[in-house]
Amino acid sequence: MSIDLSEFHDVFFEECFEGLGVMESGLLTLDKGTDAEEINAIFRAAHSIKGGSASFGFMDISSFTHVMETLLDEMRDGRRQVTQPIVDLLLESVDVLRSMVTAAQQDEETNLDRAAEVQQKLEAVLEKSGDDDTSTQSCSDESSSSSDTGPASNKGQSQVWQIKFKPDAGMMKNGNDPARIFRELQKLADMTITVDTAALPAFADLEPESSYLSWVLELHGNVDEKDIRELFSWVEDDSELIITSLHAETAAEENHGTATAEGETAIAEPVIAKQSEAAPLPDTEIQPPRENRSADTAQAAGTPKTAVSKESGSIRVNIDKVDALINMVGELVITQSMLSQISSDLAAGNTHTLENMLDGITQLERNTRELQESVLQIRMLPISFSFSRFPRLVRDLSNKMGKQIELIMTGEHTEVDKTVLEKIGDPLVHLVRNSLDHGIEMPDTRKAAGKPEAGTLELHAYHKGGNIIVQVSDDGAGLNREKLLKKAIEKGLVSANEELSDERIHNLIFAPGFSTADQISDVSGRGVGMDVVQRNIRDLGGNVSITSREGAGSTVTIRLPLTLAILDGQLARIGNETYIVSLVSIVESLQMQPDQISTITGQAELYRLRDEYIPIIRVGDVLGMKSEQNCLQNGLLIVVEADGQRVGLFVDDLLGQQQVVIKSLETNFRQVQGISGATILGDGTVALIVDVPGLIQRHFDDCTRRSLSLTAVA
Amino acid sequence: MNATPEQINETSLQTEDGLDQYLTFMLADEEYGVDILRVQEIKGWDGVTPMPNMPEHILGVINLRGTVVPIIDLRTYFELPTVAYDKTTVVVVVRISDEEHGERTMGIVVDAVSEVHNIGKEQLRESPDFGGACSTEFIKGLATEGDRMLIILDIDQLMNNGVLQALEHDPPMT
Repeated sequence: MSIDLSEFHDVFFEECFEGLGVMESGLLTLDKGTDAEEINAIFRAAHSIKGGSASFGFMDISSFTHVMETLLDEMRDGRRQVTQPIVDLLLESVDVLRSMVTAAQQDEETNLDRAAEVQQKLEAVLEKSGDDDTSTQSCSDESSSSSDTGPASNKGQSQVWQIKFKPDAGMMKNGNDPARIFRELQKLADMTITVDTAALPAFADLEPESSYLSWVLELHGNVDEKDIRELFSWVEDDSELIITSLHAETAAEENHGTATAEGETAIAEPVIAKQSEAAPLPDTEIQPPRENRSADTAQAAGTPKTAVSKESGSIRVNIDKVDALINMVGELVITQSMLSQISSDLAAGNTHTLENMLDGITQLERNTRELQESVLQIRMLPISFSFSRFPRLVRDLSNKMGKQIELIMTGEHTEVDKTVLEKIGDPLVHLVRNSLDHGIEMPDTRKAAGKPEAGTLELHAYHKGGNIIVQVSDDGAGLNREKLLKKAIEKGLVSANEELSDERIHNLIFAPGFSTADQISDVSGRGVGMDVVQRNIRDLGGNVSITSREGAGSTVTIRLPLTLAILDGQLARIGNETYIVSLVSIVESLQMQPDQISTITGQAELYRLRDEYIPIIRVGDVLGMKSEQNCLQNGLLIVVEADGQRVGLFVDDLLGQQQVVIKSLETNFRQVQGISGATILGDGTVALIVDVPGLIQRHFDDCTRRSLSLTAVA
Repeated sequence: MNATPEQINETSLQTEDGLDQYLTFMLADEEYGVDILRVQEIKGWDGVTPMPNMPEHILGVINLRGTVVPIIDLRTYFELPTVAYDKTTVVVVVRISDEEHGERTMGIVVDAVSEVHNIGKEQLRESPDFGGACSTEFIKGLATEGDRMLIILDIDQLMNNGVLQALEHDPPMT
């Protein structure tokens, strides 16, 4: 009748990580000021990790969390001030705990060295109790965790509790383990245990999962009845529990000397006895936790931790989204049955149903679209999954570098596709680190420049059109134009006498191997950053740009598609071929007025659109396709915006708009300049999707090449 | 021959008497063969969607049950005289593999599919060096069937190091 707990492990680990996230973010807000609700949340998270890990048998995790919990409990009750060192220590503990959980998840030997170290620190803090509680001395064995218990009553006075505990036979079937309760009790104070085995049946009649024993426990120390009751809270209902207070003084002398040893042997005995009797108890070792730990540490010391990521590909989906999906499928089924009904009517020669059929098909279309949207919604997760790591990162880095930085995040709830979310993490970390390291100056430098000492780092996320925009901005030093230019010339990226716009120069930092940091720090400066950021973001079909004002800070803007699978497209015809332009990039489409077209040097064509001159790109020419229209007035102009630049794409005709499923050309072929992918149209033919920035780039390259060859000829 | 013999051994279909099977097709009266296990399917010519700025031998892409597959004209690539496509013109869809990209599916346009031959390793003669577009690098060997010569292609080499490599080296200009 045993239950295989391992199938719940994944859920447990997921919950652990979730809890750890809650603890971490909670602790980070504690940084700014004490908030009782926040401490409660942290405490609850710690508590459930402790409970979960104990029931799944991860005793290392549970005992470690217990110490944290004790500290948090004191903070919760207001018995301990929330101070910076304590928050730091707790954050460190969260890290340790996370590594322990990760190790457990990957079935690895936990490296307990660090855990033991941090736990000792925690215990040390606990020993320096918030109040000057004198009871510390009275408990000789398990000093740390008991020091804080029961300061409210019986201060400085020793007391003896007698606990008569007779569990129901079915207690262990409910997953409760008396040995565990006793161990916790032992932590509260020294204890003597007497077991009553009278109810034990003959061995042959013994039901191994039933409990036949009862105990009389004597607890010597300053303990609140409440605390004792709490430990029994799970079993209280199905057991006989009598807690009586023996008068305090009698225990005084017992308290020292033999009591400790007695306590341990006494608790050890019943277990051993029971184990030999067909083990009605799970074979948990009864040992003081600290010894347990040191033994494990010694064992684990030699095994270096190898990080094998066993990442599961699961996502947690809001139940509302799933419900919406189920509704949608329901509607789809109804539409389908309606359509089959109509078609059988039609087959029977009923003519007037044709109209109904068309209606039905319209409905089917709508259902399909809605279904598609809901399915995509499932993959959408708030960007806070990616943002959540930054408060910690910024805090650690700024402490390390001695800078004061305030992090402001907005739009954490903006939703993005999971794939996008996963891939945007690293580039964002890079950008944030860059801002911290190169952007924001040291406090005294800032003061000298007349800025507030604390720098501001802002992370914004918002939707714009079908894109998600993520901005990382700082109010730091900004980019140094001269330095950038010098470096670029040094690297041969630009020639010395070239006239460059600020924008162009700023974006030079995305070139490979470009770093202007004077010194390489361990945070950044090796010059492998920005080009990788750009490449990662380009891979996602997005782009990245930077604006900066020297002395005032810089802003990096990342533009990403919401999803990687589907695109709203405008179909356009060039010659006999259909091309697709992403609707997101289109500003407007128009028929050109002849008097608004002008040329420069007889080559570059410009269209004057409301006081703005827009270069015209003949898409057919750039793509090397024969277009039907040569005369600009006969075709149409699609005004698009890309990389902050507006251009007009000259096409033969516009066909219609539809959502298209993006198919990669790279799967079976390779990347094609000016084309971002392909799709399959309703008639089964392939249509290519125009990559607007790539097309513009290619157009300008062509122009440059043409003018170069012209000069060469001249 | 630079081909990796292990790889070919693995994928070749051996008949009971130790012969490999090759599908042969015609290109301007020459008969070429490819390992039959690399052939995914054979379909009629049905037009392509041209891709921008591609060399002449890359005709474009087609929709093969939802995947986009590039189509290559081997006549053009081998610098043979071009002919108008007619109803015997077929596309042989082959699977090629290389370390960098894994397995890719491509179609090659040929005049007509001929037949399937069983050819043993010992029957393959090494091709003499002759220069030209189809360098010996892409030829696994020459076989004789009756009085005809069969040119057995190493399709991986031909596609990866020939047809597609040409794209990497000289970017097409407009």
